[in-house]
Amino acid sequence: MTPGLWELVLRGVWVTLQLLFLGALVATVVSFAVGVARTHRRWIVRFVAGLYTEVFRGTSALIMIFWVYFVLPLAFGWQLVPLWAGVLALGLTYGAYGAEIVRGALNSVDPAQREGGIALSFTPWQRMRLILLPQAVPEMIPPFANLVVELLKGTALVSVIGMGDLAFSGSLVRLALQESVEIYTYLLVIYFVIAFLLTRAMRALERRLKAGLGRAPAKAAVAPVRVPEGAGAGGGA
Amino acid sequence: MSWDWNAVVDFLPHFRDGLLVTLQILALGSVVSFVLGLVWALLVRTPTRWVSWPVGVVTEFIRNTPLLVQLFFLFYVLPEWGLTFSALTTGVFAIGLHYSTYTMQVYRAGIEAVPVGQWEAATALNLPVGRTWAVVILPQAVRRVVPALGNYVISMLKDTPILMVITVPEMLGEARLYAQETFRFTEPLTVIGVAFILISYLASLLLRTLERRLVR
Repeated sequence: MTPGLWELVLRGVWVTLQLLFLGALVATVVSFAVGVARTHRRWIVRFVAGLYTEVFRGTSALIMIFWVYFVLPLAFGWQLVPLWAGVLALGLTYGAYGAEIVRGALNSVDPAQREGGIALSFTPWQRMRLILLPQAVPEMIPPFANLVVELLKGTALVSVIGMGDLAFSGSLVRLALQESVEIYTYLLVIYFVIAFLLTRAMRALERRLKAGLGRAPAKAAVAPVRVPEGAGAGGGA
Repeated sequence: MSWDWNAVVDFLPHFRDGLLVTLQILALGSVVSFVLGLVWALLVRTPTRWVSWPVGVVTEFIRNTPLLVQLFFLFYVLPEWGLTFSALTTGVFAIGLHYSTYTMQVYRAGIEAVPVGQWEAATALNLPVGRTWAVVILPQAVRRVVPALGNYVISMLKDTPILMVITVPEMLGEARLYAQETFRFTEPLTVIGVAFILISYLASLLLRTLERRLVR
């Protein structure tokens, strides 16, 4: 590996981090918007939000990326640069998984809390903002930590539409060196280190948020289970 | 944009071929992940640290790195070591290996959920370790975790398009090939997108029925 090739890899790391950050941002916004909408009073809002989650969780992230990159431009006449196509596709897909986390956490808040808000004549929005969310958010952190690692793994998919992320730089280096063991080993290690740091950061965040509520973080190791498909009452999910 | 139904009809034979390959990957990949996952789960429980620790680290590593890069690794590196497999075999092994690190967690949870009394009863009956696992613990553990395993089969279905990158002709691969020949992207991509949504929705309905029957 020459310094020039390392520079290529580092540039790939930078693109991957950008994708990760922007994708996580979009996914967070989508998760909260859709997740909160699924607890709305009107059935039509709940239905539309539910349809969104079913559709976006039902299809594959890679197909979503292809669709956003190849079909949207034909349909609407504007072409997204690969970075934004990737961010949009990843954000919408993982946002649908995140919405289920938000919904689950909101539903797990003690019903007496909501009733207390009603008794104090809070508006629905005040109840959400001042009572439900502050208690639900810390519970969301462990599943979100798993989701963000899934998102990191998902960012590698954009290399298929020719975007210069870490996985893409790997294939360039492979072509340059005509040898694959070294570069792909480095690639896997780099991804693993990023995932490890992410998990650590999320755990610190959880500890902080729970300290604010006067609760201790759960002791048991959180099984890094992918967000269940709605049918997962089994042990792991 | 124009939607052309003729293109859809034209694409259908390719779609059928792709669907068959996708289902084949899914079936074989599930078997690999169920078997390997159980092996990992049992190895992690061995009393010697020399076995459980390395297995834990390796599976953690596989779980936290992208399947795409693992596919490239296996597809390009194995031939350099003199092991040549077809793209489909490599793909099935890679996806099965990747998901085995998830199913392992599921089995572990299932094993831990078996009541201690079952272990004690097996000890009291003087059953050897092998028989304790085979006829007492695992039948109870596996029954509990079937729905969770099913969720991973659905997740795996949605990861099969990644095998396109190592030239496996599954649904997305067929769609891309068709698009390159005819310059029509909209129809094939939309058809397979809808197909994925339908298949995973039906599968989750099936799973819910299965869950009601098994977990009572």
